[in-house]
Amino acid sequence: MVYKVRIRRQENQKSDSYWQEFEFGGSENSSIAAVLNELNSRSPLTDACGNTAAPIGWECGCMVRKCGACAMLINGLPRLACSTFLNMLKSSTVTLEPLSKFPLVRDLIVDRSFLFENLKKLNLWLESEAYMIEFTHEPRYQSARCLMCGCCLEVCPNFSSKGTFAGAIAAVNGFRILNEEQEISHRNEVSTHYKENYFEGCGKSLACHNICPIGLPVEELIVRSNSVAIWGRQ
Amino acid sequence: MSKTIIIIGAGLAGLSAALQAAENGCNVKLVSPFPSERAQSVMAEGGINAALNTKDENDSPEEHFTDTIKAACGLADPNAVWGMTQAAPELVHWLLKLGVQFNMSGYDDVDLRNFGGQKKKRTAFAQSDTGKQIMTAMIDAVRRKEGAGMVERFSHHSFLTLRLCGSVCCGCVIRDEYSQEIVELPGDAVIVASGGMHGLFGNTTGSLSNTGEVTAELFRLGVPLANGEMIQYHPTTVECGGKRMLISEAARGEGGRLFALRNNQPWYFMEEKYPELGNLMPRDITAREIWKVSHESEVFLDMTEISKEVISNKLSGLADDCMTYLHKDIRKEPVPVLPGIHYFMGGILVDEQHRTSIQNLYAAGECCAQYHGANRLGGNSLLGALYGGRVAAKSACEQADGVVLSCAAQIDIPPVQEIVGTKQLNQAMQDSLGVVRNGNSLLKGIRKVQDLKGTLPLLGLAVLQSAFARKESRGAHWREDYPECNNRDFLKTTVARFDGKQIQISFMPVPERR
Repeated sequence: MVYKVRIRRQENQKSDSYWQEFEFGGSENSSIAAVLNELNSRSPLTDACGNTAAPIGWECGCMVRKCGACAMLINGLPRLACSTFLNMLKSSTVTLEPLSKFPLVRDLIVDRSFLFENLKKLNLWLESEAYMIEFTHEPRYQSARCLMCGCCLEVCPNFSSKGTFAGAIAAVNGFRILNEEQEISHRNEVSTHYKENYFEGCGKSLACHNICPIGLPVEELIVRSNSVAIWGRQ
Repeated sequence: MSKTIIIIGAGLAGLSAALQAAENGCNVKLVSPFPSERAQSVMAEGGINAALNTKDENDSPEEHFTDTIKAACGLADPNAVWGMTQAAPELVHWLLKLGVQFNMSGYDDVDLRNFGGQKKKRTAFAQSDTGKQIMTAMIDAVRRKEGAGMVERFSHHSFLTLRLCGSVCCGCVIRDEYSQEIVELPGDAVIVASGGMHGLFGNTTGSLSNTGEVTAELFRLGVPLANGEMIQYHPTTVECGGKRMLISEAARGEGGRLFALRNNQPWYFMEEKYPELGNLMPRDITAREIWKVSHESEVFLDMTEISKEVISNKLSGLADDCMTYLHKDIRKEPVPVLPGIHYFMGGILVDEQHRTSIQNLYAAGECCAQYHGANRLGGNSLLGALYGGRVAAKSACEQADGVVLSCAAQIDIPPVQEIVGTKQLNQAMQDSLGVVRNGNSLLKGIRKVQDLKGTLPLLGLAVLQSAFARKESRGAHWREDYPECNNRDFLKTTVARFDGKQIQISFMPVPERR
């Protein structure tokens, strides 16, 4: 089967965006990342109308769902290109767009610096040695798996890169710190920031349900973080 | 005034160096094209070696030292390896205090698993994504230093070249990959932690962002490359999306078995040939055996005998990856595997203190040649990155001499290179530097790569010429035209140096144990 790959292109933040279509005749088992690599290895790269096209800008690293670089909108949903396969899609047209909640850099590349700045604003670090109790090992392990890809923020109705709301990423990553910190003043500090920058901004839409590309238990971690930071349960 | 230490790369070695330098009161500028979460270190799966001796096996750092030197086939600096293996237990305990979610056993013992080339259980792990779990805790720890204003990150910035004052390093020049703006960064010392030379090959198990371009630029500037030919093939990898996907050694550490088909029956060739360590022979030997057998039959990794508990508690990530990328349920069926390029033991030449040939320039992690010699033990890469980053930062903080304040820097930015030729470079490197090599195929590669322009092909040429000059077989470097190990001529470090016109290859004695 020949797939049509429609890509939203934009040379830089100031230029206009446009759609460009490519054809891909490789295996249906290919991931979107493999498709993009294959397109970019063509020389020259030509679009479906035969016009020469510039290489497609996108970020990737591990190709196996461990680094979170390749998050993009695939047929309208935020996913990782490396773990979304052609045969999982419902049509033979693949639409690729950059994540919309972050400033655009080029083509499918967006600037996600904001995510990392937010964790800093929340003071997400330990001041004490980690308190590691076996009882919460599993949720702490899950918390530490977060790829910081931004998929859960893309679907969130409350998140915008212009506001102060840090989104589900704050609750997911917050849990291990809230759970492990032994210095009460720092835990209180994190809790205060958590309340301001996460809890009070979350509309409880649960749009982040079932969107994490590595299947993190996002709601469980929200519940657990709320429990410590808001309801004061240790 | 406190010293400014610039670190190129925000993977494990870079973060380790950043923490140590901040601890020593230095200002850290942490430069990386991508956030730490994207670094190749997050891909490390199996674990980190430390003789914690929690399994009543009488293990000791001395035995860890002996196993590392033995696997390295004599090419690792024994003093450096001694320091690393002695420090390992303390480092793992330190990681626990940072909040790394290691698998535990009993009340508060770190669980350990078997790994290749080591008879005793010595590899601490967090399921099968140890690298990711260590990185998360390290990122949290560095964030604390960022909050305190001691570490400043330059994310989405790439290294372009060094800022030099005569032959002394006084910072570097970087480029913002988003705005293309070029930034000059003065500094008292630069620590390079930019990862292995995976971009020379393009189809390794490593990250596609570890291109080797930083090493290539330093090589162009005259920084010597050591043991470039020592390239580790991981025994068990699978083709995936145009590159290789790793199946962690943890699979065999937890009981996975390699077999080929002979008369339609499973033939456990590793267990037959190496009754003592079997499937857990060092990686160089296992990769070569698989490569040989693969000419007769497909080779499989059978994990079906591993208990369901072990898979869900210790290998769940690996099981998920095989399901997603290979459509195989490892609980039910074996997985076909082949060796693939995984790690570069060779790299920037450094001494025990991680100094390069340029004053105030240091290197740590996979980009440098230290600790692993001719073959690396699984579980020693995370350890080498963590320990090496620390040592490099300590050296830099102590030794940086403030030249930066008084000098007029010279900067020689290499011309922007067209990306043409990467495919030819990758193909030539893959064809010449297989699991088994010979002089003819290396010469062919040299001829092809000679014609390509740019710093990356120059680095590729240095690797090929190093492999050509080592006319013996040792560790990961196996020459079918010189199948014997030749200690008289080659129990030495290969050094490739570019003098501005051509590459010189020489052999340097390995330091003696103090």
